[in-house]
Amino acid sequence: MSGDDAIPEFSKARAGDGQEVSLTNLSAFAGGPGIKSGAEVAAILAVAVVIVGGIELALRIFHVPQYIMPPPSSIAYALFDEFPLIAPHLGYTLVELVSGFAIGAIVGLVMAAVITQFPFAEKIVAPYILILVTTPMLALVPLLILRFGFGYTPRIIAVALAAGPMVMINAATGFRRVDSAKIALARSYGASTLQIFWKIRAPMALPMILVGLMIGAIFGLLTAVGAEMVGGGFGLGNRLTSYSSMIQMPQFFAVVLILSTLGILIYVLFFLIGKKWASWET
Amino acid sequence: MSTASARTPKLGVQAATKVYQTASGDLLALDRCSLDVQPNEIVSIVGPSGCGKTTLLWSMSGLHHLTAGSILLDGKAITGPRPEIGIVFQEANLLPWRNLDANINFPFEIKGEKPDRAWIAHLLNRVGLDGFGGKFPRELSGGMQQRAAIVRALALKPSVLLMDEPFGALDSFTREEMNRLVEEIWLDTKTTIVFITHSIEEAIFLSDRVVVLTTRPGRVAKIYDVPFARPRSLEIMATKEVFDLTNRIRMDIVGERRPQAQQEQKTAEIVRIRP
Repeated sequence: MSGDDAIPEFSKARAGDGQEVSLTNLSAFAGGPGIKSGAEVAAILAVAVVIVGGIELALRIFHVPQYIMPPPSSIAYALFDEFPLIAPHLGYTLVELVSGFAIGAIVGLVMAAVITQFPFAEKIVAPYILILVTTPMLALVPLLILRFGFGYTPRIIAVALAAGPMVMINAATGFRRVDSAKIALARSYGASTLQIFWKIRAPMALPMILVGLMIGAIFGLLTAVGAEMVGGGFGLGNRLTSYSSMIQMPQFFAVVLILSTLGILIYVLFFLIGKKWASWET
Repeated sequence: MSTASARTPKLGVQAATKVYQTASGDLLALDRCSLDVQPNEIVSIVGPSGCGKTTLLWSMSGLHHLTAGSILLDGKAITGPRPEIGIVFQEANLLPWRNLDANINFPFEIKGEKPDRAWIAHLLNRVGLDGFGGKFPRELSGGMQQRAAIVRALALKPSVLLMDEPFGALDSFTREEMNRLVEEIWLDTKTTIVFITHSIEEAIFLSDRVVVLTTRPGRVAKIYDVPFARPRSLEIMATKEVFDLTNRIRMDIVGERRPQAQQEQKTAEIVRIRP
């Protein structure tokens, strides 16, 4: 912004100039080992079979009761058997997650973009953002239920409150990565502030934005399920409390399995987006 | 070219003065620095580090405003970035999220113009980057990145090309290759070039004139004519004239920096660089 009167100095790599590699950027998107052959696939599957089979065997040999830990086979059976009953609840949870996340992400992104343009404003709001990030939004759910009842509303608000600050704080880190040489390049062609934002700042921030969206979505999922457990008669979280109160442990674990799958899908989704659009980072 | 432009310098730097406001007080980077760059000329600016070379170049580009004095392009004061001026930055400064083609189209995008395909193809061919359009900067070597940056800078057909230590990060062989490339491009386009460098050899090889700046605050200390015919070959670099000129410029810069004390070290430096 005030780049005009800075002493031009480019050769040094500074923190935030896009050169550094940290845990929070998408270095994970660039590679990982990658599976190379059928033999590797076979080995991975064999290990999985041994682990799952071993658990099954151990639980049966030691006669562990179902209410403590059901064997994998009965969880799998419960998953297939109960799925038609669980499916609508998966749908409810997804509705809460997607709408709450969309609201939180949009508000978080806009706020990050605006706030980073005004360093002074950023200093003023920083403590509140920190409070929003660190407070478990689940704590507010009873209050939200009192105010909004047992429907979607309190849950969607809780998801948005959980996801928004995560998106915002990461996106703000991204927008703060000012590379004065790249901005100077754009200015040398007479770029407007808006063009600099869309053509330089936004793409530079994209890897961090994606990290924020991924963390926000996973926090959103946690909060949605937690909120469902607090109150209201629907959603996967409600299934968890209901199955556990009736000691239907295979069904309980079937829901847990669905939730972990959901979490993995969120990760994979953002991983693929990152690989496609942000792999230039490394 | 009109008859006026034959008399008017391409770039006229008139008593350019630049003060930076820093936390530790005002810093005078350029002090009444004056210099004319003639049309179709290649001028190099050398000087001790921190002498305001980059500040001068950035002021020529219109990206920095002078505190006092003025810089004229074709007789008109530069107050902001101008399309007639192309810049090649330190390091290639390509946008890493764009492939080569998209990087070269960037200036046209900002201007809202259609890219001049034929001209870009000509330039890419000239710098030997045919067929690399789909590659991303990280897939290219430093030299190739800087070639792409040169193409980008020339894409809008500027009449002045400002180069800010463009090859400082390259190894010496790539650097010589790039120097020859710049001369080739100049022979092709006759673009006026202002070239900032740390390397006196590079300055001599490329330039019609070498401008030596003083230590901060930067002012023009001396201007040397380099009278060799073009295209130049690397052999001229081994001639006595170049050797003497190099030493004179080095003395200007080194003597400027360390008044008398380390005479032996001066000699040592010269011996090391020209064994």
